[in-house]
Amino acid sequence: MSNKCDQPNMNRRKLIGGAIAATGAMTIAPGVILHAASTTSEDSTGASSKHRWGMVIDSNKCAEGCSACVDACQSEHGLESHGRPETDAKWIRTVKLKDKATEHENRLVLMCQHCENPPCVDVCPTTASFKRADGIVLVDRHRCIGCRYCMMACPYKARSFVHETLSNQSINAPRGKGCVEACTLCVHRIDEGVMQTACQEACEKEGHAAILFGDLNDPNSEISKILKTSNSVQIRADLELNTGVRYLNL
Amino acid sequence: MRSSLISNRSLIILLAALLAPAMQAFGESAYITETSKAAEAKKCVDETDKVRRNHMDLLKHGRDETVREGKRGITYSLSECIECHASRNAQGEAVPVNDEGEFCQTCHGYVAVTPPCFQCHRTTPEEGSKGNQIGYHPSEFESDNNRFHHQPVGIQRD
Repeated sequence: MSNKCDQPNMNRRKLIGGAIAATGAMTIAPGVILHAASTTSEDSTGASSKHRWGMVIDSNKCAEGCSACVDACQSEHGLESHGRPETDAKWIRTVKLKDKATEHENRLVLMCQHCENPPCVDVCPTTASFKRADGIVLVDRHRCIGCRYCMMACPYKARSFVHETLSNQSINAPRGKGCVEACTLCVHRIDEGVMQTACQEACEKEGHAAILFGDLNDPNSEISKILKTSNSVQIRADLELNTGVRYLNL
Repeated sequence: MRSSLISNRSLIILLAALLAPAMQAFGESAYITETSKAAEAKKCVDETDKVRRNHMDLLKHGRDETVREGKRGITYSLSECIECHASRNAQGEAVPVNDEGEFCQTCHGYVAVTPPCFQCHRTTPEEGSKGNQIGYHPSEFESDNNRFHHQPVGIQRD
C-alpha cells in the first residue's frame, strides 16, 4: 500500500502516548516513594516561577570612575585578584562605549544578563549551567566539569573560569578551581528574603542609584513600572534571549 | 564439602577476631572535637548514627535542593556541619575541619576517601557571617557535658 501522506498520523500517536501514560501512572503509583521534605523552616520553599528576578540599570546615573558595584560584588562573593587581570574572576565589570561618529562616550556595567533563553544552558553538556524557576541563571559547581563551552556561548562574556586553587571562600559563594562562574543575582540574598543585590546596595550608598533589582513578573513592582514607562533596551536584543537585565539611556 | 564449609566458617571467625579491635577502636572513638560547638550540643541535626552513616547521601540530596531549587535552611547543610564541628585553637581561631585530626579528616583519612567538598566550600565558619543564622542552631539543644566523660581517643594512625 502506498503512503499518500508523509506526515505521521498525530491522532494515532496521541492515542499511543495516552495509553503509555495511563499504564505508567498505574504502575508507578503503588511504588512511589517521596522524599521527606528536609527543610526546617516553612517559608524556605525555594525558587518559584511566580517571580522572575531582573535588573534595570540606568547608564546616565552610572558615574564615571566609580567602581562601587564591582568592589561590592567582589567582597560579597569573596572574589580575590590573583594578580592576573586577564583571568581574574569578574562577575560584574564596567564597559566604556564610544560612538565613533559622534565621540559620545557612555558607560555601562555588564554582568550575566539572566536570559530567559540562555545559550550557556543550551550548550552545557552536564546540565551544570541551568536556569532556576525564578529565572536566575546559575552554575551548579557540583556538576561543572570546566569545559567552558558556556563561556564561549555567552554573548555577553559574562562568565569567568577559576584557574587557581582557592581557600577561605565566602560562605555566600562556595567556588573553586576548574569551575565556571558568573553573577548569581545575589541568589543567597534572595533566598533569605533580602530583595537587594550587593551591587545595588553599593550603588545606592554611593548616591547614584543606577541599579534597580526587582520582580519582572510583578506588574506592581518598581522595576516593572519603570520598564513600562521608559525606553529600555536589552543588549543584543537581536539574539532574542529576553534578558532579565535591561538598560536605560544606553 | 563438609571440610570446606568448616574452613570457611573458621576463616570468618578468624577474620572477625582480627578485625574486632580495629572496629572497636573505630566505633568507640569520639569524632567530636572538644573545642567545637558540637561538643556542647546533645545531638546532631538528626540521630547521630544515621548522620554518621548517611551524611554523604544527605548532603548530596541537600546540595541539589539548595543550589538548583533555592531551598535554604535545609536540615543537612554542609555549612552547618562546619559551623558546628570546627574546633578552636588556643588563640580562639577556627581550625579547618579537614586538617589532620579534625572532625572531617579523621574518619575520611581512616577510610581513605577524599571528598571534593572542600575544593569549593570553606573549611572554617565565616566569622560574622549570616551563615549561622541559617538552618540548624545547636543552641536549641540543651548542653550535655557528660558526653565527654571519655576523652576523644581519635583514630590511631601510623
